[in-house]
Amino acid sequence: MGTYLLRRGLQAVLIILLVSVIIFFTMRLLPGDPILMLVTASEAESATQEQMDALRHEFGLDKPMIVQYFNWMGGVVRGDLGKSILQRAPVGKEILRRLPITFHLGSLAFLMSIIFGIPAGIVCAIRRGTWLDTTVTFLTNIGITIPNFWLGIIFIYVFAVNLDWLPVQGYTSPFIDLAKNTRQIIMPVICMSFFPIASAARQTRSSMLEVMHQDYIRTAWSKGNSERVVILRHGIKNALIPVVTLMGMSISMIIGGAVIMETVFNIPGMGRLAVASVLNQDYPYVQGITLIIAITVVLANLLVDILNGWLDPKIHYD
Amino acid sequence: MPSDGIIAVDSQSAPVRVGEWRRFTRVFLGRGLVIFGFLVILLLVLTAIFAPFFAPHDPYTIDLDSRLAKPSATHWLGTDSVGRDTLSRVIFGTRTSLLVGLVAIGIAASIGMTLGLVAGFYGGWVYSVIMRVVDAIMAFPMILLAMVIAALLGGGIVNVIIALGVSMMPSYARLMSAQVMSIKQTDYVMAERSLGSSNMRIMFQHIAPNCLPPLIVLVTMMLGATILAEAGLSFLGVGIEPPTAAWGAMVSEGREYLLSDPVLSIAPGAAIMLVVFAFNMIGDGLRDALDPRLRGII
Repeated sequence: MGTYLLRRGLQAVLIILLVSVIIFFTMRLLPGDPILMLVTASEAESATQEQMDALRHEFGLDKPMIVQYFNWMGGVVRGDLGKSILQRAPVGKEILRRLPITFHLGSLAFLMSIIFGIPAGIVCAIRRGTWLDTTVTFLTNIGITIPNFWLGIIFIYVFAVNLDWLPVQGYTSPFIDLAKNTRQIIMPVICMSFFPIASAARQTRSSMLEVMHQDYIRTAWSKGNSERVVILRHGIKNALIPVVTLMGMSISMIIGGAVIMETVFNIPGMGRLAVASVLNQDYPYVQGITLIIAITVVLANLLVDILNGWLDPKIHYD
Repeated sequence: MPSDGIIAVDSQSAPVRVGEWRRFTRVFLGRGLVIFGFLVILLLVLTAIFAPFFAPHDPYTIDLDSRLAKPSATHWLGTDSVGRDTLSRVIFGTRTSLLVGLVAIGIAASIGMTLGLVAGFYGGWVYSVIMRVVDAIMAFPMILLAMVIAALLGGGIVNVIIALGVSMMPSYARLMSAQVMSIKQTDYVMAERSLGSSNMRIMFQHIAPNCLPPLIVLVTMMLGATILAEAGLSFLGVGIEPPTAAWGAMVSEGREYLLSDPVLSIAPGAAIMLVVFAFNMIGDGLRDALDPRLRGII
């Protein structure tokens, strides 16, 4: 186990390094020029070539690419993500300010997918073919189908505009006004969790169905165990292995969903920052945000592998 | 998406043989939802091809006199902020969605499968290098990566297709390499090797065709996801550029008039849902019919 963890950890570090290389060079090799964006954002005609060169020099964009990369990574290792080209403010500070907001929404959506998705899948599997199964399965099919931004807009139309139950958009820190915060995040969290709930339920249902046909489940029945014992002690634990893998991947989906939902509900989190900085081609921001998101995803998958090892004794670490 | 470990258990699945055709069609076509999916897709493909005949108006004609018109006999779904007919734009949007979805998934599948084939066949350091890069790409949320690529390339339909093709490639590479690794151990591949066949011949003539069934399922199931992603990009403003009719962009444009004209957002969104639902149902049916053991893996 020790050597496995070490090897898996090293692999994660390698992947994160690769992620940094990919994002850094993708940004620079594809067309698009942040200095041009900056100049057009202020006064388009008046900027001379010299001024643009000076700006390029200020942000180190005139250096060879490989030097730029090592400068950036040198900073990252020391905890400095560079400064924004458009706002000239430190990127790390702004990301740190917005990270908790996205984490708040994302973790709630993730929790919802566990609380609702997994039990729904289990119930469908053990009551296969009943009206309950048919209804829930249909709902999960809708859940993986519905575009989340559209759902958000419909929610706003129905619950905020027409019924006036919830605020249309915005985000207040829960430490300032918890009641207001709760009302503001209800719709975004529900919209963000729709897809993860549905895919968790689908995955749980099918792996539970698979497991309930295994020999050891038949043995457990034939020993005269109650349904509760068979399902809880023998069924679920084995059925959860692919579900845990999916949950690891759903973190990436939830962050992707946050990018869109924060735009719909005007929430000042990482996702909206990502959209804004991609549109402005603000290299340091895009690099910083994507790197932090990728690290989160890689760590989540590492955790999943360890958890699966604990759930499934058949997985050997060698 | 499948993880390497789980796939290996089930990748012994036999490819469909002629004798299994009956079973396949019975399971596949025996479901109402699959038939429904097929009918919807057929209808949408026809709509896309014959869009100019179906659309009651030109989707690009600006008519400022009848801007934001309510649904009526002339404009069934009303008009948008510059007076373009909403129904016609939804109809023409079918072209954009299907085109982007099909081509992007084609690119993703061909790059991904080739990489997976090479990685799985040669193994060793070739495998490590390719798969680590694939892992790294998978560490980005798909929509985020596609957004970065599309924005840098500068939007437009071709760039969106490239962005989605690259971002969706990793799952094909993973599934393919897992398939190849189990198939290359089989007797018929060994036999071919002992006959002195070249690596290229073994890879493309013997291994690749036998890897296909789960990959076909993956392609079908990811079509809906690709169309959703394109709509998401267009919604965020980094996808299809105006004035081209794209459902995601239409939902976004309609957002400003949500209070007075909710149809502007609701109609294109409903169209997205319909097409994604249809593809998902076909994908589910195909998975269960080709190989029930894939249930829960793809």
